[in-house]
Amino acid sequence: MGEKMLPTRDGYGHGLLTLGAANPKVVVLDADLAKSTRSDWFAAKFPERFFDMGIAEQDMIGTAAGLALGGLIPFATTYGVFVAGRAWDQIRTTVCYADLNVKIAGNHGGISVGADGATHQALEDIALMRVLPKMTVIVPCDAVEAKKATIAAAEIHGPCFLRFAREATPVLTDEGDLFAVGKANVLRAGTDATIIACGPIVHEALLAHAALKAKGINVRVLNMHTVKPLDEAAVLRAAAETGAIVTAEEHQLYGGLGGAVAEVLVRNKPVPVAMVGVRDTFGESGTPEELAVRYGLTARDIAAAVDEVLARKQG
Amino acid sequence: MVNYDIMKLAEIGREVRADIVRMTAAAGSGHPGGSLSAVELMTALYFGVMSHRPAEPKWPGRDRFILSKGHACPLLYSVMARAGYLPVAELTTLRKLDSCLQGHPSCLALPALEVSSGSLGQGLSITNGLALAAKLTGQGYRVYCLMGDGELQEGQVWEAAMSAAHYKLDNVCALVDYNGLQIDGDVENVMGLAPLAEKWRAFNWHAVEIDGHDYGQVLAAYDEAAATKGKPTAIIAKTVKGKGVSFMENAAGWHGKAPSGEELQRALDEIYGKGAR
Repeated sequence: MGEKMLPTRDGYGHGLLTLGAANPKVVVLDADLAKSTRSDWFAAKFPERFFDMGIAEQDMIGTAAGLALGGLIPFATTYGVFVAGRAWDQIRTTVCYADLNVKIAGNHGGISVGADGATHQALEDIALMRVLPKMTVIVPCDAVEAKKATIAAAEIHGPCFLRFAREATPVLTDEGDLFAVGKANVLRAGTDATIIACGPIVHEALLAHAALKAKGINVRVLNMHTVKPLDEAAVLRAAAETGAIVTAEEHQLYGGLGGAVAEVLVRNKPVPVAMVGVRDTFGESGTPEELAVRYGLTARDIAAAVDEVLARKQG
Repeated sequence: MVNYDIMKLAEIGREVRADIVRMTAAAGSGHPGGSLSAVELMTALYFGVMSHRPAEPKWPGRDRFILSKGHACPLLYSVMARAGYLPVAELTTLRKLDSCLQGHPSCLALPALEVSSGSLGQGLSITNGLALAAKLTGQGYRVYCLMGDGELQEGQVWEAAMSAAHYKLDNVCALVDYNGLQIDGDVENVMGLAPLAEKWRAFNWHAVEIDGHDYGQVLAAYDEAAATKGKPTAIIAKTVKGKGVSFMENAAGWHGKAPSGEELQRALDEIYGKGAR
């Protein structure tokens, strides 16, 4: 495809810069990872609105809550494992229970973190955040969408978790593409089956789409950038019109996008479903490409899952 | 030094103590011990120290109060009711279905509260965030945070202690209800905190140690906190858990237990001075 390659965390950094200039209420916090999360771009431009909280994620979330109570729009930023895991109760009880206007950026989502290994690869963050009442969960598929998602998060009221990735991945959306929180984007039309994906793995879904098309199989591809609230109408339309669903995410199979889609389908329209994701295991060190192969997160794995659901649909 | 009417505060404090035992008795559960220990701290705040408007709960210029030890909400609800935020008659709906007085504070149920709380150790971080917001938006309000002593065993408290000093939040005033008891027994036996004032000082706070049941000392400490610039202040208030009800005093068992009907009567007699105290 020859696309431009950028990490979604860069989109976060650019989104914060846009917000910083447009809205004096936007403030940013980080927990000693500002360079890596790109929040240092905001810090350099708007130092009076940036707070480094040191290596103290729980305090960062509580402080963000207080800033929100004081009428500001805080973006609390660090790696997904540390914020969603370590500060989960703070997010639950202080932020969500009071429906506070706190935005949380979980960087280094997914196994594509690579060499740092399992401790730094967030594979449970979507599940941990999705289960919380009031929480919105957004997983942008590329840097362009990541910027839009960051800006959109400031425009909606209430707790919002944004997941970004470390690794540069293809930019597959355009500045002009519509991005609306809670509305899936149809990236490819198709009637045989539907791939529903979130995050940079959406690109793998597009590659799977192309490979299947060469075999005469036309799959729809949905970019489900908002995991919560899930675009249930788009899921049910896909089930009704294509009769088989494959989900794909860089996350544990339990509790993530696949789980969210399955919950909607079993209640409304059960169709054959296969899920591509990490199978109840921790990651390890390696290059992002090696790990994608080892953990079954490539276009080839997605295409195989489509073959599987098609067999079940026809059987 | 501001002039306060200590007689008037003591009178209100007596009603607040009576409210606490009545509310928990009516609920059949709740936390009287750690509510009774901080009556003077809270009565002085709401009826002397804090700038606030009960008829206009969201008045932007108000001083903020964060109840970090959320289980002491009978105390907060009573003080708020006595100040005019809600009808006193509503206090006995505590912990009942559809009540705005949830078992631990919910600001969605009772919007006059600043925030929800109940999971310990989180209030000081929220306090700091509000204090930062005040400085950033050029507002002069102060932010008060009441914590229990056992609560200080939570690591987040010390993260927040570092942050408040690092950002020189002199508009933050932390109150420690140092009653020495927690659910499992003596704080010093469960997980020792001493020397407590020295800990706060080592974290670059101004720390004041007082008798938390002496209105004169309590009020002087608040004045000292307000006058302290460049650093936050911690008021370490030595208190008696269950204060004012003899059979609850210094008894860990009354942390989270409601009085029976007969115990309620004895408690009220003591509070209003009709008993054998």
